[in-house]
Amino acid sequence: MDIFLQQILNGLVLGSIYALIALGYTMVYGIMGLINFAHGEVVMFGAMVTITVISLLTSAGVALPGPVLVLIGLLVAIPACMLLGFVIERVAYRPLRNAPKLAPLITAIGLSIVLQQAAILIWGRNYIPFPPILDHETIDVFGATITQLQVGIVVLCISLMVGLLVVVEKTKLGRAMRATSQNPAVAGLMGVNVNTIISATFVIGSALGAIAGVMVATNYDQAHYYMGFMIGLKAFTAAVLGGIGNLGGAVAGGILLGIIESLGAGYIGDLTGGFLGSHYQDIFAFMVLIAVLIFRPSGLLGEKMADRA
Amino acid sequence: MNANKKLGVFIASAIVLAVLPFVVGSTLGNSWVRTIDFALLYVMLALGLNIVVGFAGLLDLGFIAFYAVGAYTFALLGSPHFDIHLPFYISIPLGALCAALFGLLLGTPVLKLKGDYLAIVTLGFGEIIRIFMNNLNAPINITNGPQGINLIDPIQIGGFSMGKTIDVAGFALNPVHMYYYLFLLLTVGVVIMAYRLQYSRIGRAWVAMREDQIAASAMGLNIRNIKLLAFALGALSGGVAGGLFASFQGFISPESFGLLESIMILAMVVLGGMGHIPGVILGAVVLTIAPEILRDVIGPLQMHTFGRMIVDPENARMLLFGLAMVIMMLTRPEGMWPSKRRKAEFEDAKKG
Repeated sequence: MDIFLQQILNGLVLGSIYALIALGYTMVYGIMGLINFAHGEVVMFGAMVTITVISLLTSAGVALPGPVLVLIGLLVAIPACMLLGFVIERVAYRPLRNAPKLAPLITAIGLSIVLQQAAILIWGRNYIPFPPILDHETIDVFGATITQLQVGIVVLCISLMVGLLVVVEKTKLGRAMRATSQNPAVAGLMGVNVNTIISATFVIGSALGAIAGVMVATNYDQAHYYMGFMIGLKAFTAAVLGGIGNLGGAVAGGILLGIIESLGAGYIGDLTGGFLGSHYQDIFAFMVLIAVLIFRPSGLLGEKMADRA
Repeated sequence: MNANKKLGVFIASAIVLAVLPFVVGSTLGNSWVRTIDFALLYVMLALGLNIVVGFAGLLDLGFIAFYAVGAYTFALLGSPHFDIHLPFYISIPLGALCAALFGLLLGTPVLKLKGDYLAIVTLGFGEIIRIFMNNLNAPINITNGPQGINLIDPIQIGGFSMGKTIDVAGFALNPVHMYYYLFLLLTVGVVIMAYRLQYSRIGRAWVAMREDQIAASAMGLNIRNIKLLAFALGALSGGVAGGLFASFQGFISPESFGLLESIMILAMVVLGGMGHIPGVILGAVVLTIAPEILRDVIGPLQMHTFGRMIVDPENARMLLFGLAMVIMMLTRPEGMWPSKRRKAEFEDAKKG
């Protein structure tokens, strides 16, 4: 088996999930200029709700093919997460829109603790296995393997990203979003309802987050109340890497981060003569982030911003 | 306040602080004295972070890394793990120095970053330190990995160890009492340092940088140096607190140094009143004591009203804590006890 190609493929799968979550961060950042710390928890809720729906259906004896069950789960989870995103914005961010930046950061962190604890109340502290309804048939690609499920994940991610780009670039809603991110006050004068647009941004980002959550759960075959934290952190890293506020940048950053991480985890042992092992996987994300920010502080695709006092 | 009144307040609070552990110990039990000890540790940490976040305006989400460096330095130099047993007056300063060096190590690459970029890099830095502590047990065992380091030496002065209960004139002096006085002494030192810094040339330079970096550098301030100094001095107090924590606890593991801890300390600074020393102290004390009170209250309350446990107390405690953070920020974003300047700024912002 070709290790290099295998790691690239793994990285691609991981990276497209990061990218999907990173879009949620970058959209909110682009419009409001703040880190939505609770986004990772939305991702977690998406996974948890889907698993719950699927287990309810299977235990009720509904005999449908696996992918259809996942789809039904998603159809419940997406609106649930959209509602969650809407509520998060209303409760934690809207009242603090004119406050200094640290205040919404703290509410976001507080809310993220609340959501995690709520998840413990509902689903408990243990890992929840993903119901075994999807087959993991593998496909050979030049000596490396990828499962059909993973191909599905990548394809779905790419189509969602393209869809989002079309919405942002071509529709009226997208134009209003871009206007708001450039200057909310002027956008308001031009007849854009800024509050609606901000809500819409959270709702769209949360829908993408819900789908990403299910992808994470299927890819690792489990979900956990704390899963949103690390994955959210990495996705945010990906967004910064690509240039925060920039949709294309989030996608590029996500995929790049995924590939760097799995290549790093695959080769670190050989490179350091066995001194460091693959459990250092998590540090690559941060090492890369620090390196990028030193040499290109605005991210890979970010625009250079003048210092604003 | 005139000088006499000030002196009165000073003497009164000195007496209260001096007898506090015995009053609390005999009425509520020694576990509460322990909580107060932790509150003092957190005061030191929060004041350290306040230098970075409050004075210099640099958002640091990885502050716990310096605490960890201080704690691990102390533990490695005073435990059976390497069988080195250095006295505390060497290992605590060494730990503080190491932490300050790590502060510079973090500060140097992030000099040009600000705001959220800085926040996320410092967060990543904290995670990197934690991951290394978790994994540096192979191939050479340095940190003993997730198991952590055990049997750390208590603080010893001459032949007198603070790890054992001793009898002083019929009083049983527990380790928690002795550590209380040690922590109190050092906390007072850190408070004095913070005040002296605030009103010094450096402190004013930090405020100038926080308010407008470009204007500050046009006035001839060396932004690089004062930024690095903020990181190093903040890290220094984190390192001292870390060393004390290791000796007090006798055991450390990477688990104690997660992101949640960094967030807790930041919450103490912000909820207390960023940049305002009394506010930060209040924030640290409230956020240490309140969760412990909740721990004691939630379980019995549920048993009393429902006759059984409905919500796991630990769960309910964190839930309330998160809610309190949200509600506090929504109703009083300037913090519990803000400085006059910050309060005025918030009032201006409200008027829009």
